[in-house]
Amino acid sequence: MLKSAWNKLDYYSLVRVTVAVLCAFALASCIIFIFSNTPVAAISKLLLGPLQSKRNFFVVIQTMIPLIFTGLAINIMFKSGLFNIAADGSFYIGAVIAAFIGIKIQLPNIIHQIVIIFVAALIGGLITSIPAIIREKTGAHEFVTSMMLNAVFFFMGIYVVNTYLLDKTAGYASVRFNETASLGNMINGTQIHYGFLIMIIVLIVIYVVIEKTKLGYEIKLVGSNKNFARYSGIKIGRTIIVSQLIGGIVAGIGGAVEMIGMYKRFTWNSPVTYVWDGILIYLLASSKPIFIPLAAFFISYIRVGADIMSRATHVDNSIVAIIQAVIILLVSAERFMYNLKKKKEEKQALLAQQSIEMTAN
Amino acid sequence: MANILEVKDLTKIYPGGILANYNINCSIKKGEIHALVGENGSGKTTLMKMLFGIEEITSGEIYYKGEKTAFKSSKDAIKLGIGMVHQHFMLVPSLTVAENLTLGIEKKKGIFTDIKGCIKAAEDISNKYNLKIDSHKRVRDVSVSMKQKLEILKALYRGAELLILDEPTAVLTPQETEELFEQLLSLKKLGHTIIFISHKLDEVKHLCDRLTVLKSGKCMGSYNVDELSREEISKLMIGRDVKLKFDKEDVKPTKNILEIKNLTYTDKFNIKKLDNLSFNLKNGEVLGIAGIEGNGQSEVVSIITGLINAEFGEVLFKNQDISKISIDKRRKLGISHVPEDRMMHGCAEGLTVSDNLISNVYKQFTNKVKLLDFNRINDYCLKLVKKYDIRCSSPKQTIKGLSGGNIQKAVVAREFSVDTEVIIINQPTRGVDVGAMEFINDKILNMRRLGRSILLVSANLTELIGLSDRIIVLNKGKVVGHIKDIKKVTEEELGLYMLGIKRDIEDQLKEA
Amino acid sequence: MDILLKSEFWFAVIRSTTPVLFATLAANLASKSGVINIAIEGTMLIAALVGVIASAFTNSLLLGLFFGLLSGVLVTLALSYFSLKLKSNIIITAIAINLAATGGTVFALYTITGDKSVSAVLKSAVFPTVNIPIIRDIPFIGSTLSGHNLLTYVALISVAVIYILLYKTPLGTRIRAVGESEAAAESVGININKTKTIALVLSGMLSALGGMFLSMGYLSMFTAGMTSGRGFVALATDAMSGSNPIGGLLSSLIYGFSDSLANYLQNTAVPLQFIQAFPYVFIVIMFTVFSYVNKRKNKVEDNI
Repeated sequence: MLKSAWNKLDYYSLVRVTVAVLCAFALASCIIFIFSNTPVAAISKLLLGPLQSKRNFFVVIQTMIPLIFTGLAINIMFKSGLFNIAADGSFYIGAVIAAFIGIKIQLPNIIHQIVIIFVAALIGGLITSIPAIIREKTGAHEFVTSMMLNAVFFFMGIYVVNTYLLDKTAGYASVRFNETASLGNMINGTQIHYGFLIMIIVLIVIYVVIEKTKLGYEIKLVGSNKNFARYSGIKIGRTIIVSQLIGGIVAGIGGAVEMIGMYKRFTWNSPVTYVWDGILIYLLASSKPIFIPLAAFFISYIRVGADIMSRATHVDNSIVAIIQAVIILLVSAERFMYNLKKKKEEKQALLAQQSIEMTAN
Repeated sequence: MANILEVKDLTKIYPGGILANYNINCSIKKGEIHALVGENGSGKTTLMKMLFGIEEITSGEIYYKGEKTAFKSSKDAIKLGIGMVHQHFMLVPSLTVAENLTLGIEKKKGIFTDIKGCIKAAEDISNKYNLKIDSHKRVRDVSVSMKQKLEILKALYRGAELLILDEPTAVLTPQETEELFEQLLSLKKLGHTIIFISHKLDEVKHLCDRLTVLKSGKCMGSYNVDELSREEISKLMIGRDVKLKFDKEDVKPTKNILEIKNLTYTDKFNIKKLDNLSFNLKNGEVLGIAGIEGNGQSEVVSIITGLINAEFGEVLFKNQDISKISIDKRRKLGISHVPEDRMMHGCAEGLTVSDNLISNVYKQFTNKVKLLDFNRINDYCLKLVKKYDIRCSSPKQTIKGLSGGNIQKAVVAREFSVDTEVIIINQPTRGVDVGAMEFINDKILNMRRLGRSILLVSANLTELIGLSDRIIVLNKGKVVGHIKDIKKVTEEELGLYMLGIKRDIEDQLKEA
Repeated sequence: MDILLKSEFWFAVIRSTTPVLFATLAANLASKSGVINIAIEGTMLIAALVGVIASAFTNSLLLGLFFGLLSGVLVTLALSYFSLKLKSNIIITAIAINLAATGGTVFALYTITGDKSVSAVLKSAVFPTVNIPIIRDIPFIGSTLSGHNLLTYVALISVAVIYILLYKTPLGTRIRAVGESEAAAESVGININKTKTIALVLSGMLSALGGMFLSMGYLSMFTAGMTSGRGFVALATDAMSGSNPIGGLLSSLIYGFSDSLANYLQNTAVPLQFIQAFPYVFIVIMFTVFSYVNKRKNKVEDNI
């Protein structure tokens, strides 16, 4: 009896996510039908556009790269129980550092990129540790502090670019990076850069850390039940801060990789917003990190699909945000489709009750 | 005198199959002070919750003033005239006494609160019942005794004729207790009926007219308080008909492995929970600790395991003072712990059975590259699941899906499977089905056979007597009884110690 | 620093304070009932757009106000439903709402006006400025306090209204009871979810007013992302004020001060981005300090 119950439980989660996704698309379809003259064309572009050409599909892959970095960062950071969203700050500063070292410092190929990534990782880690340390020492909630700090780091990054790296003839952009500060083209005919390989490496490393190291286990325990973790002898503060550090390192690398992989100059004049995607990925893949690439792929796919749709029709790509929001709402609502679970639980309770009544009498 | 309340065949089964009340029959006469007595786990709290509409009835009926009731919430009970004063006060700290009194039924002046009106209402009712309160003060600045008076007035203000008081004297000084009794007696004169839940038998004897005894969820009868002596009441409350027989050989301890010296601890409500407490745990024995809940057992365990620090006193493990060292180090030195509240301290409900089984040994399961070796971990977990009969579909199942008994078996499996010299066990079979209970008791004896030293705290006296080699009884944070000859002790006798009726002489206690 | 002596500066301070004040009061109300409302940012943004669109299409300021308020109410009802009834994590629900607001407003803007960043095409209404007779003639004080947008005065009056609501009416007492001790509230039969929802709806209306001030007062159009994090700043100012409306006014003024100061510093040698970052740095520091003081006061043993 219990074996089939377990199967049903996992099945239950899968069904919930699928229904949530379907509901989100249903809503989006309704909106498209209301506002577009060519709804069918729009929806087909959204859903199938990325598959319609090799180039389109590879755009999905390249868009996926920063999503996976942020998804990994948020996963490990939220796993410890903290709502720290400083990963955007780390990502942005990582990109700034990449631009800075890419422009101001001359180094041979390979070495240049390694140094860039290393420094970005270091600073990225420090940035995300700040809200965690503040929380540990003062109790100030990390969501608020990390959100404010993201703004601060954004401005600081812009300042650095404007002051030291600006190309005064090219509108708002920095000077071109040195040749060696670039992640070369990996697949001809696409923009996919060697950052993809770096992403794979980081993905594997973080997966191993979360699933297979003592630290990963400790982070899991602390995030699940702090009292139990304390009683097991785990140092809570240290574990949480390390988890935030690692998240920041990953986000910093992500920013640097995105900058020298996809761009020849620094042109980011607005803050990045990957953490919200990261949170969606976390909800979809939280207990099984192996689903992170899948979730990131899904988000990237609909992003690109929406872009294709907005270029071909008049439906704006910002509808993706609505789709994502609906999925987040439905997946995180415990009581969503609770009746399915409730009926099963009631049945089990009845069986248990009957067995108790037999013993009581 | 007519019955104001009648309970017929009342039964309550909690989700998970826990039988809390079974076929309770009793009646409360109008205008009397009626005591409800029973040890922890007897079902008093559940019965009271059903009377006040907080818990749903599984089967049976409640009749109030002759009419059958159908409570959907406490609001229905309040409407009928039933009021409850909870053990843990339900007051809003930043609001004033008057605001707390009139909460939900405030006096209004248009859309505004008529503050003067509320204060007047508070003063009026305070004078009417002669329960002095200060209407202007904020509740957080008010004494415990005044808070309680406010709680009583809250119920009276809402028209309560039947008052249920849950362990009201637990937080009062002796003088405040006397004052409370005077007030309850004058309420009785005014025609109110009072249900007085307590296990302090001298108070019951002093104040109440009749009493009902609950034991293991069943009603053991209602009696006139004058008819029974405290010993007889104690016997009804505590004592089983069936004696469980455990096969155990005698142990011959040679030294003290754990020494508790002069522990003193005051909790955040300023109540002294441990009062110069001293006892020793000898090697290879099972030392049982008996006591009514709240008399210091939890605090002793928390101090030994490292969750809280004593104000004064030492804990010596093999002659080394461990009272200042970290929990991690204590575990490494050789102390395992099965905690009282398994969901809060004993497991992580969102993680798998496997994750929960290795929380004290995961550092040992690493391979050559310092990664967790899941082959060995899985073998270990499968071994434990089999050995401890943990009913789950696989160790990868989320532990939340297991029954209480199986979760407890997992906790026990984890704590028993490390080679520690001392195991601290707190309420090992609370909320656990009969099968798991027997299994766990068997495992405890197994540990004893292997030479471990065990400190066992349990409210289940059958279990305690069956498993222990010696028993000490705590009352008000002190050792009041030391049973060396287990074969001769009965649950009734333990009950006398636990209820403060009997107390050993100092010389006997020194040997504990 | 003689800018501090000019009444234009203090006028600007009050103007900067207005949207954050609305947001802070919204956060205060929610917090008092025990709910943390992180969706204030999204609510403000949605109401800013709805007010503009509605007033443009109906050619009526009043209807614009009405629909703007309605949108605030509906958004917070959604927040309430998902987190209280469906037991979703309220931070996650709020994040979803904010996400929907960011994307949804751009989508609606583009679909209706064909422009993705501003609603200039639409002839939307603007709340009038008010010159208070007598006060406006007083030197310095007159030019500081008079001549503000109507909504600024509404915000200031709201401080008093919310204070009176919370501390002088039965509803306010119940909201505070629910926020401090659910057990106590339940023991006297107060419906916890209903009370929290009422507080949230009021919170939503205040957020909506804050949003509409931005698009129908401060500016006369909607621009994408115009709330610029003010809804999140409100979380900090709320914490700093102990969720008390009067404290909320003070902490909002602190923000308004730092924001205006930053604007005036643009004419100096201080780099632009330092100025732009200044309010956020300031808020983070104040928030941290207040949290620390609070922690010491409550003797909380463990932070994380």
